[in-house]
Amino acid sequence: MKFIVSAIITAALAFGLGLYFPWWTIVIAGMLTGFFIPQHWFLSFLSAFTGVFLLWGLMALFISVSNDHILAKRISMLVVKNSSPYLIILITALIGGLTSGLSASTARSLLNLFKK
Amino acid sequence: MKYFIFLVSLLLNSAFVYVLGSRSVLPLPLGSFLSVQEGVWQNAEPVDADFNAALRFDALQGKVDVFLDDRLVPHVFAEQENDAYFVQGYLHAKFRLWQMEFQTHAAAGRVSEIVGEKAINFDRNQRRMGMVYAAENALAAMENDPQTISAIDAYTAGVNAYISSLKTSDLPIEYKLLGYQPEKWTNLKSALFTKQMTQTLAGYDRDFEFTNALKLLGEENFRILYPSIPDSLYPVIAKGTVYNKPLAVLNPPASADSLYFKRTDTIQFVEDFKPNPSNGSNSWAVCGNKTQSGKPILSNDPHLGLTLPSIWFEIQLRTPAFNAYGVSFPGLPGVVIGFNDSISFGFTNAGRDVKDYYEIQFRNADKQEYWFDSSWKPTTRRLEQIRIKNAKTVEDTVAYSVFGPVMYDKSFKTDLTAEKAYALKWVAHDTSNILKMWLLLNRAGNYSDYLEAIRHFNVPGQNIIFASKSGDIALWQQGSFPLRWNDQGLFVMPGTDSSYMWKGYIPHEENPHAYNPVEGYLSSANQRAADTSYPYFMPGSYEVYRAIAINRKLASMNYITAQDMQLLQNNNYNVFAEDARPILLKYAIKEQLSAVEKKYLSLVESWNLMNDPTEKAPTCFTAWWDSLHAEVFNDDLVQDKMSLAKPEKFVLLEALQRDSSFKFIDNINTPNKEDLYQMVTVALKKAAKKLASLEKENKLEWAKYKNTTVYHLLKTNAMAFAREGLMNGGGNGIINASQHDHGPSWRMVVEMTSPTNAYGVYPGGQSGNPGSRFYDNFISQWAKGMYYKLWFMESAAIEGKKCKWKMSFASK
Repeated sequence: MKFIVSAIITAALAFGLGLYFPWWTIVIAGMLTGFFIPQHWFLSFLSAFTGVFLLWGLMALFISVSNDHILAKRISMLVVKNSSPYLIILITALIGGLTSGLSASTARSLLNLFKK
Repeated sequence: MKYFIFLVSLLLNSAFVYVLGSRSVLPLPLGSFLSVQEGVWQNAEPVDADFNAALRFDALQGKVDVFLDDRLVPHVFAEQENDAYFVQGYLHAKFRLWQMEFQTHAAAGRVSEIVGEKAINFDRNQRRMGMVYAAENALAAMENDPQTISAIDAYTAGVNAYISSLKTSDLPIEYKLLGYQPEKWTNLKSALFTKQMTQTLAGYDRDFEFTNALKLLGEENFRILYPSIPDSLYPVIAKGTVYNKPLAVLNPPASADSLYFKRTDTIQFVEDFKPNPSNGSNSWAVCGNKTQSGKPILSNDPHLGLTLPSIWFEIQLRTPAFNAYGVSFPGLPGVVIGFNDSISFGFTNAGRDVKDYYEIQFRNADKQEYWFDSSWKPTTRRLEQIRIKNAKTVEDTVAYSVFGPVMYDKSFKTDLTAEKAYALKWVAHDTSNILKMWLLLNRAGNYSDYLEAIRHFNVPGQNIIFASKSGDIALWQQGSFPLRWNDQGLFVMPGTDSSYMWKGYIPHEENPHAYNPVEGYLSSANQRAADTSYPYFMPGSYEVYRAIAINRKLASMNYITAQDMQLLQNNNYNVFAEDARPILLKYAIKEQLSAVEKKYLSLVESWNLMNDPTEKAPTCFTAWWDSLHAEVFNDDLVQDKMSLAKPEKFVLLEALQRDSSFKFIDNINTPNKEDLYQMVTVALKKAAKKLASLEKENKLEWAKYKNTTVYHLLKTNAMAFAREGLMNGGGNGIINASQHDHGPSWRMVVEMTSPTNAYGVYPGGQSGNPGSRFYDNFISQWAKGMYYKLWFMESAAIEGKKCKWKMSFASK
């Protein structure tokens, strides 16, 4: 339950910050949930990862479908030399998920240093 | 353990943010680039995107309604003329902002700011050519004319109104790709755009090439290899036209024989970034008694580098003063090629040489003084600061002489000495307001309005074609063309003496022109405008064969329809091959050919002379002739650290037609004397090797060999945004002038009936966004030689409802 709540909160924070601030504020979203929601450091990582992975992945998927994948095919060709929309959506989701997840585990494991 | 987990986590996290957020490790900052809320996903336009909008701007005086049709062509209905330009600027920016800025950055020599050090030489070349200086002079002329300045001010305000509304996430993809931000548009940028077009169309010259060839070959041979008039010339203005006597007979300076025609040295450096000599166009107009409708038909297809986003943007502008439709240049207000309620107009390049070089004698390396008319005269110096992405600004001092900027000196071309340098005299530097021509053409109602409009146009020299609903057709070769003595400006001229300067321009009314000719049609295809009876020296870079093909067809056609004209624009008949093939077939020694070589020969032999997409013969013919051309001339013209030009293809063909023992056939590097039989046979053998390897790759078919490609403006750096491998025919010297990455950038046919019956297509799409379905949606239609019917809307109230979207603009 905590895991799911934590994932949802991370995603919500990431989305809200993303409306006004640059992409790397997903780091802040991850750190905040990592810091305030007590979990094992790995679950902190996994929940933030899941939250932002799904946020970015689903948003990219939704955008790309309504675009008939016109742009995703081109960007995929540009980035990985392969015209595969789902691959570039996956890469997008992984980038978001890993960046935010690592921020959460960093925050949580930092906190762990001071715990008796 | 917990320290370890923290450290690993922190390190990985920092590494991720660093690698994904910068360009230091990966070529792209994938974090921001792929970020869903900020990066390229935001550029993925839904296929059912809604373009309806209601916008308010202080700068507007009245209401403007824009109806966007299903091809995303805006039909702008403005209550005030200047509001139409404001909205045109807004729409250009909305759909083409990155391109507008990139093209004008390129004009100004500012590409290094975007792509870094690799563009320094390009930027220096632009600045040393005086591109910014030229644009400043043009802007000064625009500012002097109230009509032009109010139009351009409104246009600039419109572009900036859009730029101000942009959020980071809305930026065109290319900004995200290259990592920079748009700056504000200025009137100077519009002026720069006109100079970019001038460079493209009137920036080609062969002064250094010819100077070197004259020295290496001697005058007699030079005239053979670089003749000024082809035997097969079909001039723009019919042969036999009687011209007025010249105002004055100009003679070369007394010193010309020793200082100009008999130089003692070649010029040891190589020029870069020369414009493509294929930049040109076709246009023609037929009068009513040759058409089925009884009304004139005008056709135009400008041949330029094919790019995405396209150089053109289709638009209709309706104001109280005029109602015009056609293509516009993102960067300029008004309709550039098109029609209005009464007339239609189109352009082809004149190809005249309006660019000369003078050899300057500096006093010393500091470039402060140069020898001119028997004393040291001071130069003025312009400091060019070239900002470079991720590197220190480079400074470059350009000296300006009485002729113009000293483009080539030792600081730029290190092979030169400190004292000897080359100044550029170019019509593009003159103060002139060419935009005024389009502002007037858009509202021109008849031939005399057209005459008044084109008077304002000085460069790049154009053949401006005209047809009206009242039944007139006309064509003027318009521009400022230097008055020259014979051969003046073919070669680099001495710059130490005012006697070599231009003596003004040929009077406007003496420019070649025709009005309602008895033949019933007019055309131009970049050929020399007039035959030898034209009383002024008119050097240039001219095409020969498209003009022949067009004139032959037009002469024989009657009851012409708009569809006939479309077919003519897409005609693939190879006039050059018609004359060249008999020579190849006659002189090939069949006994010496292998089976494979014979096969290619028989393909050429049985060819119907059409450069159609699936034919193999055009590939074989082209490879064979090019190989012959190289066999004949490569031994005579060895390029060694100097500019030299290949003779044009008509030169070899006409020489061989006249005389099969043409003196350049012999290879001067062998003791034997080669004849045409040997040369043609060797040429086929060499070509066959290339053809066999093409065949292995399945690329022998003409379209596959040619591989017509519409590149993105970033060329091979953005192949994901290009369209490759289009199945279309045509080629160099063919009416359908589609080459590998160059060709008809807009095809238009306008029948002057009421209502106007017009068709058009360009190889691109209205949106410059690679994430839009409107990015390249016209390309397939273009490649097939098909057209769209142009919807010339008469009434907003009735027809507006049939449009897909409406954007309404109003003042606050």
